[in-house]
Amino acid sequence: MAFCYNFPLKTDRKLGVYLAFAKALFLITLLTSCNSNTNVHLDTVDYKRIEINDSLAQEDSIAQFIAPYGAKINQEMNRVLCYNPKSMHKNDTPLNTALGNMLCEIIVEQVNPVVKSRLDTNIDVVLLNHGGIRAPLPAGEVTTKRAYEIMPFENEVVVAQLNKAQMEQLIKYIVDRERAHPFSGMKISLNADSSLNNVSINDQPLTEKIYYVATSDYLYNGGDSMNFFNNTTVTKTDYKIRNAMIDYFKKVDTLKFESDNRFTKAN
Amino acid sequence: MKRSTFLKSSTAAVAGMGLFANFSTATSLYKVSSITEKSKKITILHTNDTHSHIEPIVGGRNDGRGGVARRAALVNQIRKENPNTLLLDCGDIFQGTPYFNFYGGELEIKLMSMMGYDAATIGNHDFDNGIDGLYKQLPHANFDFVISNYDFKNTILDGHTLENKIVTLDGIKIGMFGLGIELDGLVNKTNYKETKYLDPIDIATDQARILKEEKGCDLVICMSHLGYSYKSDTVSDVSLAAATSNIDVIIGGHTHTFLEKPELILNKEGKNVVVNQVGCYGMYLGRIDLYLNETDINNQAGTVYNL
Ligand SMILES: [Zn+2]
Repeated sequence: MAFCYNFPLKTDRKLGVYLAFAKALFLITLLTSCNSNTNVHLDTVDYKRIEINDSLAQEDSIAQFIAPYGAKINQEMNRVLCYNPKSMHKNDTPLNTALGNMLCEIIVEQVNPVVKSRLDTNIDVVLLNHGGIRAPLPAGEVTTKRAYEIMPFENEVVVAQLNKAQMEQLIKYIVDRERAHPFSGMKISLNADSSLNNVSINDQPLTEKIYYVATSDYLYNGGDSMNFFNNTTVTKTDYKIRNAMIDYFKKVDTLKFESDNRFTKAN
Repeated sequence: MKRSTFLKSSTAAVAGMGLFANFSTATSLYKVSSITEKSKKITILHTNDTHSHIEPIVGGRNDGRGGVARRAALVNQIRKENPNTLLLDCGDIFQGTPYFNFYGGELEIKLMSMMGYDAATIGNHDFDNGIDGLYKQLPHANFDFVISNYDFKNTILDGHTLENKIVTLDGIKIGMFGLGIELDGLVNKTNYKETKYLDPIDIATDQARILKEEKGCDLVICMSHLGYSYKSDTVSDVSLAAATSNIDVIIGGHTHTFLEKPELILNKEGKNVVVNQVGCYGMYLGRIDLYLNETDINNQAGTVYNL
C-alpha cells in the first residue's frame, strides 16, 4: 500500500518562487506514487449462480429481434433436399458403413472439380474419421438440418500430397485402428489376426508416386492422431464438408449408399 | 498452489475476534462483514462459451436451459437493483448453432450489444471464420474486446481491441484485462494468421500491476479464456491466480467448467483470488457482488467471502 496524505498547501510568499517550484515537484511526486485506491477496501464478496431457465421472463424486445433470424434458419433447415430410403448410422457395420462411404463419395463428387482446377489432378483417396460423423441419417426426407447434425463443424476439405512411405503410414493407421474410418479409393483386406493381407489404391498396387488424399483440415492438422499428414504439402479447397453434403443432396433425388468390400477382415 | 479455506489476513483477526459470524463458510472465522449504508456495491455478471446459443436448448439433459431473451431480462432486472453492474463475457461467443453458420456471429454480437455487455475477451472459436470473420462483426459491437496477450500488430484486428479497460462505477475504479489461449494447435493458422500469443502469466503480471499500482484501480478483474484448470502444467485460471498478484477476480472460460461457486485461490502474496466459470451455452449467469468500504489507510481488514 502506498503512503498517502494531503499535502499542506499553505503558501508562504517570502520563500518565493523557488519553494513553490519545490512544492510542485513534491506534489507531482506524491500524486504519481500515491493512488486513490489505497483507502478503498474490499469488505465482502457474495456469489450467486443463476440458472437461465423457463422460470425467468424473457425480454420481449430481444425475442422479437431474434425471431426473423430464427425464422429464416428454420425455413432453410427444414427444406427437403432429397430422399433417403434406408436409415444410415455410423455403427451399422464394422469396417465400413453406408454413411461413411456416402461422405467420401460426396467429397469426390463435389470437391474433385476444385482439385482439378487448383492442382490439375484428381483425388486419389479420401480419408475422414469415424468420430467426426456426429449423427445418423434417418430414412425419409433429407433436410438441410440433417447435414448440420451429421457435420456440425466448419471443417473444410483439404488435399494433402503423400508419397509411398507416407501412404504406408496412412494404411498402417487404418489397419491398426481396425475401425470404420471412412475412406474411398482404396481396398484393404485384413487377415483373421488383424494383420494386413492386401491393399490396392484405385485397383493398383501402392507405388512410388504422389497420392492426392482429400481429408478435413481438422485431420490434416493432427486431429485423431493422423500424424502421417505431418509435413506433407497441402492445398486448400475452401469447400466445407457440410456444404459439400448440402450441395450434393440438392443435386440428387434419392441416396443410394451401401457398405461394401473396401475394408474387410477374414473370418 | 494452495486453496485457502479460511480468511487469509494477518491483521484481520482483531477486527472480528470474538464475534461469531452467521456465515456458513469458514472464511468468516476472523472477520464479519461490515457492510453499511455507506458501502459501495459492484456487481459483476459474467458468461463464457455461449457458443451461438441464442435460443433455449431443445432436447437432451440441458433441455430448456439458456436463451438470450431470458438472460437479457435477468440482466435488466439486476441492473435495476444495482446500476453499478458490469456484464462481461469470457470468449467463445461464436460457433455451436446454425445462427453462427448462417449469420457469421452477427446476431450474437448484436444481442450482446443490446444486452449492454461492457467487455468481452476472445476465445479460440471466435476465430472460426478467420480473423477476418471476427473483424467483420466488430461494427456490431458497442462493447470492447479486451485481450492483453494476443499481439495483433500484423493483423487486421490491430487497434481494434483493448489491452485493458478501466471503468469507474460509483467512484470505484475497476480495471479489466483479458487473456486468450494459445492458438497454435487449436485453431488453423490460416484463421488466426499473424496473431502472436504472448505468455499469459507475464502479461497478467504486467497488466495487473499497471492497473492496480499505476492506474490506481480498486479492483482488478481478469477475463480469461485459458481454461479453469488442467492436470498438465498448461497455464490455467487456477495456476494463473497462484502465480500472480494484484488480481481480485478471474472469470474464465474454454473448459466449459460448471462451477457451483467460485474457488478461492491464494495468489503469490497469499491473498485470495476469486476464480469462477459458468459452464457454457448461456445456461448460467454468474453474479459476483463486491462490497467495498472506504477505510482509513492503516486498516488492513480482511475480506469475507460468502461463497
Ligand atoms: Zn468453448
